[in-house]
Amino acid sequence: MTSHALTPSQTIGPFYWGTIVNACRADLAPAGVAGERIEVVLQLHDVQGAVVPDGLFEIWQANSHGRYNHPDDRRNLALDAGFEGYGRASTFTDGTSHFTTIKPGRVPWPHGGGVGGLQAPHINVSIFARGLLNRLATRLYFDGDPALSDDPVLKLVEPARRDTLIARRDPTGAWRLPIHLGGPNETVFFDI
Amino acid sequence: MKEETYRRPVAGDHPPNLSPDYKSTTGRAPAKPAIALPHTLSEITGPLLANERLDAHENDLTKQRMAEPLGERIIVQGRVLDQDGKPVPNTLVEIWQCNAAGRYHHPGDQHDAPLDPNFYGGGRARADAEGRYRFITIKPGAYPWKNHHNAWRPAHIHFSLFGPAFATRLITQMYFPNDPLLAYDPIYDSVPAGARQRLQASFEMNLTEPEWALGYRFDIVLRGRNATPME
Ligand SMILES: [Fe+2]
Repeated sequence: MTSHALTPSQTIGPFYWGTIVNACRADLAPAGVAGERIEVVLQLHDVQGAVVPDGLFEIWQANSHGRYNHPDDRRNLALDAGFEGYGRASTFTDGTSHFTTIKPGRVPWPHGGGVGGLQAPHINVSIFARGLLNRLATRLYFDGDPALSDDPVLKLVEPARRDTLIARRDPTGAWRLPIHLGGPNETVFFDI
Repeated sequence: MKEETYRRPVAGDHPPNLSPDYKSTTGRAPAKPAIALPHTLSEITGPLLANERLDAHENDLTKQRMAEPLGERIIVQGRVLDQDGKPVPNTLVEIWQCNAAGRYHHPGDQHDAPLDPNFYGGGRARADAEGRYRFITIKPGAYPWKNHHNAWRPAHIHFSLFGPAFATRLITQMYFPNDPLLAYDPIYDSVPAGARQRLQASFEMNLTEPEWALGYRFDIVLRGRNATPME
């Protein structure tokens, strides 16, 4: 069985900027990538509600056809040249990170349960920061999407907390999702 | 459709989110338990960054500037493995660290120690088909932080790995063997006692190169796949 013990997690700390974030990727979708172009704004708050200016967000998503750019997604769906589906950006002084991408398509739910076999469109989100000893994982869903009411992952979440996973359009048209590490609006994090 | 899933960490593998001796966890650790998510394509796929081109000196932090940085040159190498001991091939390994004096090349680091114009402190390497990676760098210094009175971080190198899936993403820190500061460090000590030694590199004479540099081995173990594929 398990012969090797997992390497434990440690905090990213405050000083990653300028090193790994040199490889910052906030624009996931160069011209020509199929799908609906969207802006995503994530804003990180601590347990008191204050913005976190030294965090790092990473995102991972399927393309507009619902295909992940990865060999373990073996479905016969198109890959888009130039679209990997991965983004990374540190937070600004106002706690926000901004991404330009395309709206992901739906991906399968392989666990049964009579929900049509598909998940609602979503973006997978990782959060790192000083003071976080482990990567936190959550999801971003899109307000108003007709598939939300049937999404099997949202159904795992008590109804009162589902809103913490649903981005809403701001006046500029960007999809905005506040992430609260704690407090009354604590975001739902997933044990993946 | 057949999909494989990744094994879940067990209690004692990772530090608790709330580790009050590390003060900033109290303002940032979620209070509610994370909701267990059955794995789907969203979790078992992840960025492989296969098209990311690495420049010649990205894994040699002593050759990224005009001249050699000050400090003790070291070799840090090892393998990226899964829990079955199988290599994790071709994965991107990123590191960052302070210089020999204990100062990061970062505007937020105001420690009263000199910057080294010849040391930037960031590196990347891609593991080979057997999961092997290698960096040349200088030994980082200890540095003070304001967590508590007379708080000093033991010398460490930050590591970032992706592995094959969103589920295998790991950011950690590598420490040096038998550093006396480890016993006083709330970040290292946040890891349960049975697991924290995994974060110490080992000094190895057979990785050490004569007249040139000491060698340290740091193997990294990412989550393995479950034995039974789910339907
Ligand atoms: Fe550090």
